[in-house]
Amino acid sequence: MLLELLILILLVSAGLWTVMTRSLLRSAMGLALASAILTIVMFRMNANIAGVFELSVCAGLIPVLFISVISLTQPMTFKEASDHMKERLHRFWGLPLIVVVLGVTLALVSFKYKVTPAAIQEGKPDVRFILWHLKQFDLLGQIIILFTGVFGVAILFKERNKRG
Amino acid sequence: MANAITVILLFIIGIYCILVSHNLIRVLIGLEILIKAVTLLVIFCGYQTQNTALAQALVITIIVIEVVMMTVAAGVVVGIHRQNNSLDARNIRKLKG
Repeated sequence: MLLELLILILLVSAGLWTVMTRSLLRSAMGLALASAILTIVMFRMNANIAGVFELSVCAGLIPVLFISVISLTQPMTFKEASDHMKERLHRFWGLPLIVVVLGVTLALVSFKYKVTPAAIQEGKPDVRFILWHLKQFDLLGQIIILFTGVFGVAILFKERNKRG
Repeated sequence: MANAITVILLFIIGIYCILVSHNLIRVLIGLEILIKAVTLLVIFCGYQTQNTALAQALVITIIVIEVVMMTVAAGVVVGIHRQNNSLDARNIRKLKG
């Protein structure tokens, strides 16, 4: 209970930081953090597959999208970019080592304890069954929305190329 | 109870961000926080009614819609910036053409 409360407080704090921070880049990072914390909440509520979607798409893809928009609309000068590169190399020199150590540790842990989602272990109605057999209309809607997005972006860039 | 309060707080944060910000990217970020609140609410309802699988199917649909919406909105924001050289929502007064 205390852990759940702590996670929820962290989620609200991440949301608050996202909104209140001045830098747009930090805002995008805060959004990714909020998504990652929401993923923890989802895993604790037995929503494993939705949690994986949330982590990969909302904590991974959407912040990258925001950062791309920020860099397209507020590009750095050459001097700022080179200063940033130097500072980044200086600050994060140990990062590759940490990533390798963490990766090896997690791989060893997953070999030692067989991690299987609770829904699969207990034989509950699976999300895949519901998605493919009961919610087919939703899937059709998702495909239509995906095509709408693709065509929307294509039209936006086509018009821009004509003008440019 | 704590989950419900978290949903309400996230909603308030998202609405505040949308209402107060003039920067279009910040408005999109506020919208994202609102969607996070909705996602948490759906998952929480699924957990309470012991129907997690259905809630997950709904959340997956929400995430797909969210990504497409954000991609198109990001394209529109970049287009507006190239047109007006500004991301201030107050500068967007001419919507024709």
